[in-house]
Amino acid sequence: MKILVPLKRVVDYNVKVRPLPDNSNVDLNNAKMSVNPFCEIALEEAVRIKEAGNAEEVIAVTVGKTESQEQLRTALALGADRAILIETDSILEPLAISKVLTKVVEQEAPDLIILGKQAIDGDNNQTGQMLASMLNYPQATNASEVRFEGDKVNVTREIDGGLQTLQLNKPAIITTDLRLNEPRYASLPNIMKAKKKELTIINVSDLGVEISPRTELLSVELPPSRDAGIIVETVDELVEKLKNEAKVIT
Amino acid sequence: MSILVIAEHDNSSLKGATLNTVTAATGLNGNITLLIAGSNISSVIDEAKKVSGISNIISCDDELYKNFLAEDLSNLVVSISNSYSYILAPATTFGKNLLPRISAKLDVQQISDIISIESEDTFKRPIYAGSCIATVKSNDSIKLITVRSTAFDAAPMDNSNVSVESLDAVNALNISEFVSEEIAKSDRPELTAANIVISGGRGMQSGENFHLLDSIADKLGAAVGASRAAVDAGFVPNDYQVGQTGKIVAPDLYIAVGISGAIQHLAGMKDSKVIVAINKDEDAPIFQVADYGLVSDLFDALPELEAKL
Repeated sequence: MKILVPLKRVVDYNVKVRPLPDNSNVDLNNAKMSVNPFCEIALEEAVRIKEAGNAEEVIAVTVGKTESQEQLRTALALGADRAILIETDSILEPLAISKVLTKVVEQEAPDLIILGKQAIDGDNNQTGQMLASMLNYPQATNASEVRFEGDKVNVTREIDGGLQTLQLNKPAIITTDLRLNEPRYASLPNIMKAKKKELTIINVSDLGVEISPRTELLSVELPPSRDAGIIVETVDELVEKLKNEAKVIT
Repeated sequence: MSILVIAEHDNSSLKGATLNTVTAATGLNGNITLLIAGSNISSVIDEAKKVSGISNIISCDDELYKNFLAEDLSNLVVSISNSYSYILAPATTFGKNLLPRISAKLDVQQISDIISIESEDTFKRPIYAGSCIATVKSNDSIKLITVRSTAFDAAPMDNSNVSVESLDAVNALNISEFVSEEIAKSDRPELTAANIVISGGRGMQSGENFHLLDSIADKLGAAVGASRAAVDAGFVPNDYQVGQTGKIVAPDLYIAVGISGAIQHLAGMKDSKVIVAINKDEDAPIFQVADYGLVSDLFDALPELEAKL
């Protein structure tokens, strides 16, 4: 079995993101960039499936600028066997990224595609489902457990009311939620080994995919801030304030 | 222009987020149709006929849609999509799972999780875990949108003029199958619909200690939530999680107990009307968004709070 893990270079989750002074976009100048945390979980799951003997190859792929090679090297250090960068200087929307990924799927013919459920920059939560739709593959989003049953894959999903388990035919698409696994850290020997692993770069224009944007970002602002509150000294004071000042309890 | 709202329900009643999505749809210009697809859904249809703002209902009652699998449900929506300029769904795990599948089939760049409608093609939505608000204009001819329910009021239930037509199922894909579901049962209000929410974090130290929150919740008629840290630690199940990747809540009163206030948690509750934080660490970031902060050991404060309510 072959597993494809599409992943995304995003601002590190510890960075506090603010708008640019002219509000045209967010200010990412000099911000630390990382692999999207949900994508790390996706990669970890793929590597664990391989380590358990259920897959032969894990391929990491990303669509982005040439700097995204850093995140692919991280993926190789974490256990991916090889990596593919679909290079573009444009910021692609999830619809366009999904179209690009269909071309990679055509070439690689993976049995399983595992992605993060969303990237922590745009918070769109779309790419996995869109890719599944374009390929007419089954999907299981927000996965918290993946098990193989014969030639099918059973996925437990985190849904609003609790948990749901689906059985998917392969090839299938899975998107990961937080509790699927805890990703490992890359060891120094593995970081060194990753430098020698194969990283293929393909220019997006060679794929013949229509990637022009469908939306325009008009502005980016800070959300309305909350007024500073007060510190109460006792539970009595808290209850009194909630009853008589905020009037939210009786 | 016509607007299609995809109803979320459980084959017996509408989910609350459907009503918020209808209200969002009334901010666009056009007749609103509610699509109800499921199995044995007559009680859902009866309830939906009362939803203010909609002019008609399209129902599809078929075993195929009993578990709302995105593969089949998306094909059903696509089969009627050419009559609509907008297709809306709630930004719940149901809507997030389903709508991108439809968007891809229609070659549309979906707009996720909107919090306001600025004009017929321009919307506001949070990005970077709510650190920033983006204003986005869609240039697609059909607009597919998921709606953050806390940003829109629930539609009233006073309609008496809704027509209902039924729709046939489309062919089953047979590529995925429902196996099982574990849905949490509780006598308390649903997290996303409760007027008061009391949530516990890592400071609760164990799942057993959540009974301290339960007894206060029972006195206040509140729902009980949790931070990601508490869910990751196994104190409570995933459906308790409030935050960027869990549930987004905006109750009248949110009480955060033993929660430090990571941005991912704040993203899920900072639109609450009144926020109370109880934490023994006076430097915890949660105090920066709290209207009332109590610096205290929760194991002292919670029993006292319960006694005084």
